[in-house]
Amino acid sequence: MNVAWVVVLAVGAATILLKAAGPVFLGRRTLPPRVLALVDVLAPAMLAALVVTQAVGGDEELVFDERVAGIAVAGVALALRAPLLVVMVAAATAAALLRLAL
Amino acid sequence: MIVTRGPDRGPSSFPVPSKPMETSRFRDGVLAGLPLALAPLLFGAAFGVLAIDAEMGWAAAVLMSATTFAGSAQFAAAAILDTGGGALAAIVAAVLLNARYAPLSIAVASIFPGSVRRRLVESQLIVDESWALAGRSGRFEYGILAGVGVLFWLLWVGGTALGTVVGDLLDPNAIGLDAAFPALFLALLVPYLRTRRAVAAALTAAAITVVLIPVAPAGVPIVAASLACLWGLRR
Repeated sequence: MNVAWVVVLAVGAATILLKAAGPVFLGRRTLPPRVLALVDVLAPAMLAALVVTQAVGGDEELVFDERVAGIAVAGVALALRAPLLVVMVAAATAAALLRLAL
Repeated sequence: MIVTRGPDRGPSSFPVPSKPMETSRFRDGVLAGLPLALAPLLFGAAFGVLAIDAEMGWAAAVLMSATTFAGSAQFAAAAILDTGGGALAAIVAAVLLNARYAPLSIAVASIFPGSVRRRLVESQLIVDESWALAGRSGRFEYGILAGVGVLFWLLWVGGTALGTVVGDLLDPNAIGLDAAFPALFLALLVPYLRTRRAVAAALTAAAITVVLIPVAPAGVPIVAASLACLWGLRR
């Protein structure tokens, strides 16, 4: 078995277990209020962390490129209460145009 | 955390959503995912191209997309193999990148219906986008997660297969797709910021992520951010 298959099988198995962690091992047990409160703050925390990694994350460095312009435009669109799709298209267009111009 | 489930925990003891309702939310999920559909297709194709470059072969590439189904981890693994980094380095990097799925899946644990086997299979539909869109209404909805997840899985696996055969379809970054995703997560974050605790959690997580990105391996910052929330709740 070559190296690629070892990686594919190991990463696949690990990821399947990670994704199953909640639904399979925790299931639908009624959680104590303290844990439910945790889940309430987990969503905004994870979304904020995703915004940062997707906007300025690089290979173990912060990278400020056209994505930053995109997220700034998205912020403006959100302030104007634009719908989700408009926010995304505005961000993508801003980044693509800037990339084209530079 | 392994929890033994008593035999009394049959599905009947839980309010199971009625079938038509579930189906219609599934359709809503597919519709919610459609505007984003270009992304898994193009990034999937880009992964296929990289995998061929890394001499993984088409079968391993497609199998990885079908089982791992997580963009950043797959790109990292293929890139490391491509540059001769070795199996262990590729596995460690990819698993670290996917470690965030533990907290993500715990947050939606209660919405999955059915038997353990069914939950094991359907939990694989959790990806960043399906997870984030499922919480759009303020509470996590299983139908939306499943709808977005199935659509993305098909396009991701199909895109990978296409990429291994025909090469790059179109550079996703050329049309700004890399900026569309932080915008998506930002748009989905905003409605949560109604309580002081949520704002504090989001700011803390963002700060931890910014600080850790330059010093920690990819994937660690986001997990550290979720652990910080756990710690913050203790007081």
